[in-house]
Amino acid sequence: MVSLVPKSPCADLLPLAIAETTVSEVVPEAITLVAPFKGKKKTVSDALKAEVGVGFPAPGRMTGKQDARCIWVGPEQALVIGPAVSPDGAAVTDQSDGFAVIQITGPMAANALARLTPIDLRRDHFKPGHTARTLLNHMTCSITRLGAASFEILVFRSMAKTAVHELTEALKLLEGRAKLS
Amino acid sequence: MRLDRSGGDVAPSLSFTFDGETVRARKGETVAAALLANDIRLVGRSFKYHRPRGIWSAGPEEPNALITLGRGAAQTPNQRATVQEVYEGLEVSSQNRWPSLKTDLLSVNDLAAPFLGAGFYYKTFMWPRAFWERVYEPVIRRAAGLGALSGAPDQEPYEKAYAHCDLLVIGSGPSGLMAALVAARAGSDVIVAEQDHALGGRLLAEVEEIDGAPAADWVAAAVAELEAAPNVRVMSRTTVTGVYDQGTYGAIERTAMHVADPGAAPRQTFWRIVAKASILASGAIERGIAFANNDRPGVMAAGAVRAYANRWGVSPGKSVTVFANNDDAHRTARDLAAAGVTVAAVIDPRADAQAIGDYPLFSGAQVTGTTGRLGLTDITIRDASGKDQSVWTDCLAVSGGWNPSVHLTCHMNGRPVWNEDLAAFVPAPDAVPGLFPAGSADGAQSTADCLRTGAEAAIAALEALGQTTEAPALPKAENGFTGHTPFWLVPGKKRAWLDMANDVTVKDVKLAAQENFASVEHMKRYTTQGMAPDQGKNSNVAALAILADATGRTIPQTGTTTFRPPFAPVPLSAMGAGARGKGFAPERFTTSHTATEDLGAPFVEAGLWYRPSYYPRAGETTWRQSCDREVQMVRNAVGVADVSTLGKIDIQGPDAAALLDFVYTNMFSTLKVGKVRYGLMLREDGHVMDDGTTARLGETHYVMTTTTAAAGQVMQHLDFVLQALRPDWDVRIASATEQWAQFAVAGPKARALLDVVLDGPIDWAAWPFMSCGNIGVAGVPGRLFRISFSGEEGFEVAVPARYGEALYRLLLSQASVLGGGPYGMEALNVLRIEKGFITHSEIHGRVTAFDIGMERMISAKKDCIGKTMAARPGLLDPARERLVGLKPTGAVKELTAGAHLFNMGAEAVRLEDQGYITSVCYSPTLGSFLGLGFLKSGPDRIGETVQMVDHLRGVKTEVEVCNPVFFDPEGGRMRG
Repeated sequence: MVSLVPKSPCADLLPLAIAETTVSEVVPEAITLVAPFKGKKKTVSDALKAEVGVGFPAPGRMTGKQDARCIWVGPEQALVIGPAVSPDGAAVTDQSDGFAVIQITGPMAANALARLTPIDLRRDHFKPGHTARTLLNHMTCSITRLGAASFEILVFRSMAKTAVHELTEALKLLEGRAKLS
Repeated sequence: MRLDRSGGDVAPSLSFTFDGETVRARKGETVAAALLANDIRLVGRSFKYHRPRGIWSAGPEEPNALITLGRGAAQTPNQRATVQEVYEGLEVSSQNRWPSLKTDLLSVNDLAAPFLGAGFYYKTFMWPRAFWERVYEPVIRRAAGLGALSGAPDQEPYEKAYAHCDLLVIGSGPSGLMAALVAARAGSDVIVAEQDHALGGRLLAEVEEIDGAPAADWVAAAVAELEAAPNVRVMSRTTVTGVYDQGTYGAIERTAMHVADPGAAPRQTFWRIVAKASILASGAIERGIAFANNDRPGVMAAGAVRAYANRWGVSPGKSVTVFANNDDAHRTARDLAAAGVTVAAVIDPRADAQAIGDYPLFSGAQVTGTTGRLGLTDITIRDASGKDQSVWTDCLAVSGGWNPSVHLTCHMNGRPVWNEDLAAFVPAPDAVPGLFPAGSADGAQSTADCLRTGAEAAIAALEALGQTTEAPALPKAENGFTGHTPFWLVPGKKRAWLDMANDVTVKDVKLAAQENFASVEHMKRYTTQGMAPDQGKNSNVAALAILADATGRTIPQTGTTTFRPPFAPVPLSAMGAGARGKGFAPERFTTSHTATEDLGAPFVEAGLWYRPSYYPRAGETTWRQSCDREVQMVRNAVGVADVSTLGKIDIQGPDAAALLDFVYTNMFSTLKVGKVRYGLMLREDGHVMDDGTTARLGETHYVMTTTTAAAGQVMQHLDFVLQALRPDWDVRIASATEQWAQFAVAGPKARALLDVVLDGPIDWAAWPFMSCGNIGVAGVPGRLFRISFSGEEGFEVAVPARYGEALYRLLLSQASVLGGGPYGMEALNVLRIEKGFITHSEIHGRVTAFDIGMERMISAKKDCIGKTMAARPGLLDPARERLVGLKPTGAVKELTAGAHLFNMGAEAVRLEDQGYITSVCYSPTLGSFLGLGFLKSGPDRIGETVQMVDHLRGVKTEVEVCNPVFFDPEGGRMRG
């Protein structure tokens, strides 16, 4: 019996470190898109709490922590990153393989993203646990602030190479800029 | 020349080249300061007449001293010598001269000046029409010019970035600094953008005291406070270039233009700054006075002359004269005299002018002319009594007053307001929401007023942001030098320049008025006054004053032209940073990409996806050989193709079937679980949007497949339907395209291949044509669809994308055992043309279901999007261009896509057009070229012969009109 060897979206691309800032891939156990049906948000939120301990997030917010988190990604839509879930009352779509999950951490993380995304990433405006659907240069993405100098970026799997390229170029320019004075 | 100052100026420590000659300079100097320090006055040739020109200003408004930096691919033209900082090894070239700056052959244009006035081009180059682009334009472009790019691609790094703040302070003179201090102390999140490398604005160029100490000390303390504040971001070398909706500002930062070795740093950065409010403290620009031959090297703005002396310790001349209508310009005479420079004369047209220092003053006098071919040598002064005298001078400092820099307040359609007392335009109130003008940009005349209005603007801005701040104690500062009387021009017959950047004289403006180009916007187009490169920063108001006079109107009646972004030039390389080459768009790769690369397949872009064209094998020298082999392989054995790029949309919910019935022309509510159906989707206007198959995985769960190109469009369409048309439906949609790696397995040996790969054994009787379901694939939960785009017995097998590469390699290795292998887009295209299957080559947006012979797919039992509009009589006219198959029957056995069809014997011209060809291929199965196309009354003309003419490629042949399904029309092969 043959068996298929899995490969993650950034397997050949990450990790990398530039200017004391690291870019790495996270391969979660599962990514599940949960979209509650009409009037079922509370039921679904309760079901998620029972299943993995995190509720359905408000718009622009993340619930939970590193091992199980729920990221808002659109009207009545959230991605559960962690164990696979199947709450009743929601359209559930497995997206475990659909996204490259990239974390960027370090002193240049926010500055690198400020080269690529138009959203306001200032600490007071985009706090840990805040999330946004936005652009990473030319591609759509989801950006979540995990910590003071740490962000999680979700892009379509097929665009992982371009996403890593964009982050690399932004960091190289920042490194060059830092060496100027 | 360099001044001998006691302040401890360091000796010149670095050198750069100007037109190949070495120039010694001090760190922190601009190219202009260094050139003047070395007595180089001639720096460029004028745009039209190639007149010798020198440095006019000490800032970004410079009209004359445009230079090219570096050479080769990275050479950067049209930089301002008055802005560019020197560094060791900098290469500077002058522009618009040949063969050299001192001997410019095109200065012959100056002799032809009587013929080259305003409107010259419009009057002269009328005919013949064929000469417009081929003769006139190249000649004019060569004669009238600026610097040039090298023509080679510039590989230097540039950058784009975003910034956000509560308050953006534009400019850092006394008002900008004061505003920033107030906002910073109030805890506001502040960005200070300053075009210079140092903060301080005019305070760096004036001899003034603030709070009893040199102004520079106050600047240093303010800058130190701002730089230490955690809530303040100081962006120097950053010019705000545009104001856009909702508090968005464009800005260009000269990030690494000032260093010899920029390394990996971006040369320039284009910023988009989003601010809740802003302070416009952009200062003012000094204006000239029009008099005969006022454009010679050595004639400079008075404020610039003392800026060079006070800030850089450089005197632009050995014997300086001043011609001005205001008290402020007398400071130039005072400061230069104090620095030990000879001040030969101050000429002030005001009869009551008073000297503020020890210099000869000619009050009530005017300058009526100048001499000096490559640089000023003498001026003629007409004194109050009307007597002329000549004075030797190598630098004439001119001031006609100051124009507030109101440009940014006009970027959202605001028009500045004429202030009679100031004889200047000031910003209109609330011209830009959330933008508060302050200081001399708002008409303030003295440092004290600038500091006060800066603080007031900050308080007003903070109040607008909901924050109350107390008025700060204001530093004590200079409050004089405000007297002035408007004075625009010295009458005379000789040419008096207004716009030095574009060689526009007083005479040109008067001629425009005389020829009835009397509106200010018409005058601008007729004379080119106020166009590039300085955009009229220096000349606008003076030109308006002269136009007003010539047309008998007031200046406010005359109005201004429209100031548009950008305020300062922004290189396209900065605006497009990161988008060069492949940075233009993201690249999307399938999971089989690496394995496909390993096989040497060339790729074709489909949307953003990269898909293999064909898989060359040893001995194959053309793509056709590979393609033909792959087609035969699928028809005779088995082929494998990655079809993951097709859009997959997960549709779930109680109303899922209703949604599909509404967006597709045909029924999906009747589809049984475990079955797949082909569907056709229309736009509202009744034309075809997309097609594809949709599978029913469960009672309330479907998966829709779209074409690769229309995946985004269809997703958007469904979203629109659910949000706008039927928000009452309980259904959720999700893109699942990226979750699945999906491979087509097609051919008579498809089952044999799948038998090896699928967790078996498989009961194939349970998998009839158009069935689907979950299935184990080499131990992984996957999906199987029995569908065919090749006409062979075909399947699509899907696994989660992480297993895509492994499954692809497994399928290929097993296929080779069966005499099969991979096939690319070329073979895929041939297979589908042989079967008459359509793609977006056919459903290109202008065809209806009727045109492609699918009108019966519009179900009569239900409504669907596009149904009503598709029933319009004109869309059901049998004479429309409708889908047919085509085969060559003439001497030329080739078809070309894009060729047009004409009746036999008809002339191949537009009026005789009968249709066109959308897809062609060579079919190795049928041994002929095959085509799909649209022909008037097409299906009614099967068997007819028409002519095909490809005007572009020069191909002509005769073609037979056929049924579009060329191969296996009964479909027995794919049903198995």
